[in-house]
Formats: sequence, C-alpha cells, structure tokens
Amino acid sequence: MTNVTSLKTSSEPATSPGELSPEEQQKFDRWFDARFEQKMREREAAHTPSMAIIATKGTIDWAYPPFILASTAAALGYDVSIFFTFYGLKLLKKDLDLEVTPVGNPAMPMKMPIGPDWFREIDWPIPNFVKSNLPGFERMATALMKRTFRQKGVASIEELRELSVEAGVKLYACQMTVDAFGFDKPDFISEITGWVGAASFLPMAQKSDITLFI
Amino acid sequence: MHAATETVQVAQTLDAKGLNCPLPILKAKKAISGLGAGDVLQVVSTDPGSVADFASFCRQTGNELVASNAAAGVFEFLIRKA
Repeated sequence: MTNVTSLKTSSEPATSPGELSPEEQQKFDRWFDARFEQKMREREAAHTPSMAIIATKGTIDWAYPPFILASTAAALGYDVSIFFTFYGLKLLKKDLDLEVTPVGNPAMPMKMPIGPDWFREIDWPIPNFVKSNLPGFERMATALMKRTFRQKGVASIEELRELSVEAGVKLYACQMTVDAFGFDKPDFISEITGWVGAASFLPMAQKSDITLFI
Repeated sequence: MHAATETVQVAQTLDAKGLNCPLPILKAKKAISGLGAGDVLQVVSTDPGSVADFASFCRQTGNELVASNAAAGVFEFLIRKA
C-alpha cells in the first residue's frame, strides 16, 4: 500500500510546497477510499451489537416481547439491557403472578385449549360487558392463555427470564417506580443489575444499536 | 443434503421437537457453548420458523450451518461451532 509521505515527496514542481498535484490527489483519494472501506469493515467485524429495551407493561401478553427479544439477542451475541419501569417492574418480582386481560383488548383471541379441533378453533365473541363484569373472568382468561402456550411449546415468562439472566442480559429496575408504587425491594429477584433512573438508562440507550420501547 | 448428514460426525443432538420460538435457538446456543470448536451440533425441531431462524442465527454468530433438512414436519439442522 502506498503511503501519504511517499506521495508528498514525489510532488511535481508545478505545485507549491505541501500541496498535491491532481494526479497525486487522485492517487491519494483512491488509497484513502480503499483504506477507509477496509477500516470500516474491520470496525464492523469487531463491533458487538447492543440492544436497550424499555419494558413498561406488566401483563403476560406484554411480558413476552421484552424477554423473547432479550434472550434471543443474547443468544446471537448481543449486549442487552432492559430497563423496567412502571408496570413493567412487575416482571422482576420473585413471584411472577402475571395476568392478561381481555377487557378492551379486542384483538385477543378467546379460544378454548380443550376439546376437538373444531371446538378449539372457535374464537368466542364475548362482549366487553361480560369480560369486565363477570367475576373471575381475568383469572380464567389468564389460565387459558397459559395452558394454550404450554400446549404449543411456548416458554413461560419465568423460563424466558431465567434464560435471559443466564445469558447475561442486564436487568435495570426503575427506582422511581418502586418508590411511587410502594413496592418492597425484597420482593424482587436478586439478579437485578441496578436500581437506576432515566439519566442512567439514556446513556446506555444512546450507545445501543437497537432501542425498543415496549 | 442427506448425503452430507451421513458423513458429518455429530458431537451432540438436541431434541427441540414441540418447542416454539425462541426456545430452539436458546437451547441450541446453550448446547453450542458446551462444545469445542469444530464440533457439530444436531438440532431436531418441529417449529417451521426455525428454518429461517437457524440460518440467521448461524450467519450472525459465525457458526457454520452445515445442513438444513426438512421431512414430514420435522426439521434437522447441523451446526458446526466456529
């Protein structure tokens, strides 16, 4: 590879000292472009991708995306951090008693995980006033969703959380939320990386290749 | 591709049948970390999404996807650890 100094020393008399002739400039540009491309490729190859997720929801349906993406990204070799805030903080409790609500959630299928196939295929059209007024409806919907997922070989939230921790995903809990909602810190898992605020999370997000708000 | 399968020495087999996304990948990743460089992991799954996912997993992690076979709803992957 030609270097800059050798280009400069061979400068033609037509150019003033320190300046490159058009040919030299062209040569230098070609050298620079090739070198730049090579350096960028090296940099990309050495770069560890990173992802920062903000998890704000505490129901089963919303608990899946952050843990699926985090555990998978870690398996792909990414450096992953999740910041749990507001209802998302519930995903860090030792006792993961999460529920799902069909109320105001019209896209959620209401299907039975029992009986013959034709019966399981039925998406029961249950009106909102039944969903919201029938005692125990949420518990039932939660039990049905958990059972369906188990049958379909979908991991539980507990399992995905364990796999995430094992794979080195960093779990940050929002200090403000724990204060505001009156949570007790001993109720949370010990694997929490830190109790921090927005000012601690943002610099992590700023350096991340992927940032998601869930 | 089947001929290749027979000649490759499999170091470990992971049965991921019945498991859904992202479990086959997560379990495969775990199994691979226990192997030595050059060892081949065989994964058997029933999740149709795993075909694209294992190809992507190997591209991203630098491990070699030696073979990817499908027969009667069962998918087989041979992954050589980099």
